[in-house]
Amino acid sequence: MWAAEIPAFLPLFLAAAVALFTRGYIRGGILLGLIVLSGIHLTMIPENVQVSLRFLGYDLMPYRVDKLSLIFGYAFHIAAFIGVIFSLHVKDTMQQVAAPLYAGSALGAVFAGDLLTLFVFWELLAISSVFLIWARRTERAYQAGIRYLLIQVLSGLILMAGLLAYGYDTGSLAFDYIGLNGIAGWLIFLAFGIKACFPLLHNWLTDAYPEATPTGTVFLSAFTTKVAVYALARSFPGTELLVFIGAAMTCFPIFFAVIENDLRRVLAYSLINQVGFMICGIGIGTALALNGAVSHAFNDIIFKGLLFMTMGAVLHMTGRINGSDLGGLYKSMPKTAVLCIVGAASISAFPLFSGFVSKSMVMTAAVEEGYGWVWLMLLFASAGVFHHAGIKIPYFAFFAHDSGIRTSEPPTNMLIAMTIAAVLCLAIGIYPNALYSLLPFDATYHPYDVTHVLTQTQLLFFSALAFVWLNLRGLYPPELHSVNLDAEWLYRRLFPKIIGRGFAWMWRTDRQLRQALVGRIVRLTEHLARLHYPGAKASRLRPTGNMVMWVAVLLTVYMWLLLSFIE
Amino acid sequence: MLMADDTKHFFDNPANVQRVLYLLYFCCAILFILDFIIHRHMLHAWEELLGFYAVYGFIGCVVLVLIAKWMRTFLMRDEDYYDRFELDQHELNGGDHVGR
Repeated sequence: MWAAEIPAFLPLFLAAAVALFTRGYIRGGILLGLIVLSGIHLTMIPENVQVSLRFLGYDLMPYRVDKLSLIFGYAFHIAAFIGVIFSLHVKDTMQQVAAPLYAGSALGAVFAGDLLTLFVFWELLAISSVFLIWARRTERAYQAGIRYLLIQVLSGLILMAGLLAYGYDTGSLAFDYIGLNGIAGWLIFLAFGIKACFPLLHNWLTDAYPEATPTGTVFLSAFTTKVAVYALARSFPGTELLVFIGAAMTCFPIFFAVIENDLRRVLAYSLINQVGFMICGIGIGTALALNGAVSHAFNDIIFKGLLFMTMGAVLHMTGRINGSDLGGLYKSMPKTAVLCIVGAASISAFPLFSGFVSKSMVMTAAVEEGYGWVWLMLLFASAGVFHHAGIKIPYFAFFAHDSGIRTSEPPTNMLIAMTIAAVLCLAIGIYPNALYSLLPFDATYHPYDVTHVLTQTQLLFFSALAFVWLNLRGLYPPELHSVNLDAEWLYRRLFPKIIGRGFAWMWRTDRQLRQALVGRIVRLTEHLARLHYPGAKASRLRPTGNMVMWVAVLLTVYMWLLLSFIE
Repeated sequence: MLMADDTKHFFDNPANVQRVLYLLYFCCAILFILDFIIHRHMLHAWEELLGFYAVYGFIGCVVLVLIAKWMRTFLMRDEDYYDRFELDQHELNGGDHVGR
């Protein structure tokens, strides 16, 4: 019997502790070794292991292994392994400790069997990941990190409120199907929704991820949103609202991605678009749709990681990441360019690449369940994702006009990490059954039939044709140094302005009131002083003769009164 | 980081760019013709239209880019739009009511 009760996050937390006290190759070796061991450990755990305990009158289950949590566990191990290789050259202990801690928190969250344990790891995810943003050590990264942390911790607080209400209502804290029943369900839904980047709640991602370090963003892209996807798949499958939220998430970010200049921010928008497909699948809630959502999460962790790695490599080597500053890098970074194209083909769901075998499950489920309009939105988003992530990213970084930058390929460890991810993208695309065998629900699906291959290829090639046509006609918007307003404007500009103006008004009114009062006091003292100036009323001298006369008058009046009584 | 050298690369030759474009046009043409030959199985009414995926992909992308371009007219700001505000505010250390 394998030591099944060792929770999956423990080796990663141990790795973080070791990373604190080791340096160089030893640190890298131990980190990778522990992740590999933890991964092997995970494959040997029998399904449906549960660890239960009682705490404050509630049955808690801090550790639960089933098929749904296992596939996320595998994906997180792959992401951590690739991410650590990618960042082997980094000598910054803050990042090297934060990364395994962050990966471990994600593992803890997906293997949590109750909401309280989930909450603990939910907050640990926020606290550990923010250091990957602050590690950039710029003023912008610091500010973005603060905003990121505030929103993430807020999500945790809402989850806390939700789980308390849920425990009060049902007497149980089980992390299973919850559904949108009552205030508790809605609060938990909102908490998950913030981390899953629901529309209008999404800007923490596009704000913070591009400000993180070149290696930090690779970790960030893998864990937080996928934990939220897992949580939604666990607690809200088949919630119809999610179909429409997911469809909106696939569509609106691609418009921003087309006009965004920072290529890592383009990828951040594209990440929301991909999560939209997963959310949509969870909302549809059939076995096929849920399998699609889960497998797409698995693939997205790898191909989005690959794309963030290639852009991280570009940023690392050139110090630039804006589309307007780059171009022509295929001349000096040909290997990175090829790896980027593999990632781009995977996210665009070209046949033989990983996106093809998972995204289509969600789309097929959508049309089968009668969501025709949603299907059309997803199809539009599929063409759009090819446009902004599949073409724009490689084109503006590696081709387009020659920026004149000549650099070299990134360090070997970066190339190895990207190659592993690229090989996985192709392997899953060519032999999807390996992935399908891990899926939690019973549904058979065959991605490679003539119709699907033909229609998807048509969609993509004609999207490419549209790109070429728009470019040749000069209609394609040029890459410009700019900021595009998004929902974040509310809390980055409007609220601070309102609050700033509110306080300014308060200070002003307060000052006016105090000035008016002081003015009156000053005028009163001046008036009193004026009364006492030489020649003024209060300072005039009066002769004693006056006094004698008035005493005489007074005595006369008394005399008169006295005489009148006697009579 | 070095600056540009004189070595000629593949896409420095406009003829090579043109070759890639011709290859793309050729693939698109083949794929469109295949729509007449291969009978697709369909789940959505719109799929029955001939060349639906090709037309939808093309028009979808053109509309996407044109709308995004139009969005620039009211969403685009200077690159330091937030920095100007946030980084200054930080420097003043919250004392922006002073001296108003």
